[in-house]
Amino acid sequence: MSDTYYDRAPGDASALPDIEQGRTSGVLVYTMGLGLAVVLTGMSFWVANTSVLWPGGVSIGLTVLAIAQMGVHLVFFLHVTSGPDNTNNVMALAFGVLIVILVVVGSLLIMADLNDSMMPGPELMNLHMQR
Amino acid sequence: MSTMGAVGGNTYRAAQPDAREAVPASKRVVVGYGFWIFLLSDIVMFSAFFAAYAVLAHATAGGPQGMQLFNQRSVAIETGCLLASSYTCGMMQLAVTSRRYALVYVMALLTFALGAWFLALEFRELSGMIALGAGPQRSAFLSSFFTLVGCHGLHVTAGLIWLAAMMAQVAFRGLYDATVERRLLCFSLFWHALDIVWVWLFTVVYLKGVLS
Repeated sequence: MSDTYYDRAPGDASALPDIEQGRTSGVLVYTMGLGLAVVLTGMSFWVANTSVLWPGGVSIGLTVLAIAQMGVHLVFFLHVTSGPDNTNNVMALAFGVLIVILVVVGSLLIMADLNDSMMPGPELMNLHMQR
Repeated sequence: MSTMGAVGGNTYRAAQPDAREAVPASKRVVVGYGFWIFLLSDIVMFSAFFAAYAVLAHATAGGPQGMQLFNQRSVAIETGCLLASSYTCGMMQLAVTSRRYALVYVMALLTFALGAWFLALEFRELSGMIALGAGPQRSAFLSSFFTLVGCHGLHVTAGLIWLAAMMAQVAFRGLYDATVERRLLCFSLFWHALDIVWVWLFTVVYLKGVLS
């Protein structure tokens, strides 16, 4: 066993001799990913349509299921791992996720705040009270 | 991998030399990494459209809401198509690695057919909405919806053209051509990334749209 670290192209399965190879074949990895993705998608559609669950939690539940499914796609289809040969890919991904969160959460926060500030209160809505 | 033996067998093993500096990465790794950066920037672009949609989702200007327009059955079939095509794309990638031509062609054909089915369903859905008078010019909500979903649809279209071009290259240049192999790697990355965007999209747009 060598101490050499080498990088791996994103999307490639690991070529490290001890990990993955020989234990789980590529077909099995993709099939596991497909199975998990189908289960998570099915749960998403069920959660959105059922009346069994508390309505307030459905939206958060859908978000969690979507993030879980993206993780499944990343690990099983794109072969992103925490291995030393994958550090660069994971760091780039982490930076991308940071920017995505900044853009989406930032836009939502700023626009919600703006809507609150712009929404006239009941006393302002009454035109007779103005001037 | 060819870089394995370069450092591992010499006397510096105890000192743990940094192979990332000692040995340049192979072209496959460099190309794949560059494409990975492109994909992430593409996803950042999608995040801007998602942010616009999330902000404008309730700005219907008295027009139809998502709840009245979205057909969940059609969305479920579209999701299934894209998920299955991601799987067959992975199978194609395995067949490329083991250089089985027939399997590559069969899996590419399945990937193409499922992607085309997805596009046909999406086109029918969007044109049906336009026919109802719920086109992109109706409200800010529909503008952002058409931009977001249309942009994903354009990506899928580009992916289908790319896949057809790659199959021509496999036919003429073969699977032992390192360039063709790298391009196929990039294609499969692109296709899987599109599926990840679709997971985000069907959750935020369709499933949450039906809730409110």
